[in-house]
Amino acid sequence: MQPEVQAGASGLSPEQFSPLGRNAADFEKVVRKSRTAWQDIRYRLTSNKLAMFGLILMVVIALFAIFAPMFSHFNYYSNDLNNANAAPSYTHWFGTDDLGRDMYVRTWKGAQVSLFVGLAAALIDLFIGIVYGGIMGYFGGKVDEIMNRFAEILYAIPYLLVVILLLVIMPPSLTTIIVAMSITGWINMAWIVRGEIMRLKNQEYALASKALGAGSMRIIFRHLIPNAIGPILVTLTLTVPSAMFTEAFLSFLGLGVQSPVSSWGMMISDGVKAMTVYPWRILFPALFLSITMFAFNVFGDGLRDAFDPKMKQ
Amino acid sequence: MVRYILTKFVFMFLSLFLLVTATFALMNAVPGSPLQSEKATTEQIQKNMEAYYGLDKPLIVQYGVYLKNLAHFDLGISMKKRFQSVNKAISRSFGYSFRLGIASIITSVVAGCALGIIAALYHRKFLDNLAMIIAVLGLAVPSMVLAPLLQYLFSVKFRWFPVTGLKHPIDYVLPTIALSLMSIAVIARLIRSSLIESLHADFIKTAKAKGLAGHVIVWKHALRNSILPVVTYLGYLTAGVITGSIIIEQIFGIPGMGQFFVSCVTDRDYPMIMGTTIFYAILLILCRFLADIVYVLVDPRMRASAGKAVK
Repeated sequence: MQPEVQAGASGLSPEQFSPLGRNAADFEKVVRKSRTAWQDIRYRLTSNKLAMFGLILMVVIALFAIFAPMFSHFNYYSNDLNNANAAPSYTHWFGTDDLGRDMYVRTWKGAQVSLFVGLAAALIDLFIGIVYGGIMGYFGGKVDEIMNRFAEILYAIPYLLVVILLLVIMPPSLTTIIVAMSITGWINMAWIVRGEIMRLKNQEYALASKALGAGSMRIIFRHLIPNAIGPILVTLTLTVPSAMFTEAFLSFLGLGVQSPVSSWGMMISDGVKAMTVYPWRILFPALFLSITMFAFNVFGDGLRDAFDPKMKQ
Repeated sequence: MVRYILTKFVFMFLSLFLLVTATFALMNAVPGSPLQSEKATTEQIQKNMEAYYGLDKPLIVQYGVYLKNLAHFDLGISMKKRFQSVNKAISRSFGYSFRLGIASIITSVVAGCALGIIAALYHRKFLDNLAMIIAVLGLAVPSMVLAPLLQYLFSVKFRWFPVTGLKHPIDYVLPTIALSLMSIAVIARLIRSSLIESLHADFIKTAKAKGLAGHVIVWKHALRNSILPVVTYLGYLTAGVITGSIIIEQIFGIPGMGQFFVSCVTDRDYPMIMGTTIFYAILLILCRFLADIVYVLVDPRMRASAGKAVK
């Protein structure tokens, strides 16, 4: 008795609570639009706040690196000894260095160098790594064994030592740094590509392409590499900060780019000497080097998580 | 097992040989002779000096002599500092770097493991986030930024630690922290991700179902399975410590190998650069070799497969 009265009062009736029954058509109904793999990845990446923050930082720093030196009254190479070691002010936003050069422009010039080295080294690694790793992974057997052994031998040689050794001998320039870094830098990428290709090469679409008469190179570069793009992209993103670090390291030792071109590593090494008296000379290059490395690392991590199906929840 | 180690050993040797040959070739490709100087010398003196350093012989003979000397661990003589052998210079400065390096490796492993374990046990909670923030900062702030920062804050401003030098135990604190932060970050991330993975594995469910205590599950079951990536990383850790020390010693004024190496590079003292590079390389390649062996010893799965066939 009781429930009926209540139900009547709130406008509900017992019939509304009877099971609807299993209607096969309802199960197949698509409630929302299905997402492709790429949309999934983009969704996971954009919902990762830290990674997006890193991406924004990357973009902002890149924009400043390109445009800030253009729109300043100063340039990175003119000395002004009357204004040496000036503190940050309205005219010199980041102060000046021991030769009176504007630190604001020099910091962003350093950003140009750093970003250029990072991207160039990463792209060279990408190119060699894909070709070498692709061939290694696809052909397997003896070819793989020999190429892999060669990579292993090269890999055991400490990276920075080779770079330093080459820089001691070759004339210091940006090209030299990038070449020196690429000599052993590509191996990691090659191994990533090799693993991916080995996993993919037995899949049906590769077989289908082979059955249609496609050559090995076409299968590798048209079919397999595009499907291995995830891990390749992640490795690429994480190569950039390590290349930037290497450049800063070399410039810190005086082996990298030479004055008057500026580099964060060189500015830090100059700034350390005068740290207690003119702290701004080390503050700005150190700050922006850290921010840039942070941005690339965080974004790379986010990218890895986005590509990793295990993170799907 | 033995065959696995032997193969690894042969390849370690090949790498070393390649490096030594490349170093020798590069140093000889440099234009000009290391004996050239501003002071005018007669032809006879030049010839005598060349004979003294063995530079009058054909390249291939020089190479043979170099290899022979290397086999006796003789790395040659400096061309800039008179009568100084590379060996002596290395043995004088290596002690500082070695002690600092050991301190840094211990700090990295202990702090990195602690941070990683805490992060994994409190996965997605406050402590995990805190540990991962430290780890990201460790990756983002390079030692060349961290070292001056620490020096400025704790030595110059607060005067808690000495600014430079490496004599008393307290001198080690700042350089060790500056040298270790990056490896602490890497180790913490390695341990965290592998521990989280093994904490979700089936054998942990079994252990829980058996009613084992929480600490036994973590320490005896989960951790033992997630420590492996750290063992692999140890070889690279040494590399990081060595290259890191080049900068740290410069900033903290420690008369170690790193500082010595930099001064050789700025002096363009080729035999010294060559000798130091090869010394570093032997050290690094040996460490990676040891890490490889330890890895096989620690992981029973690897032991089984290494016994049967060589990868």
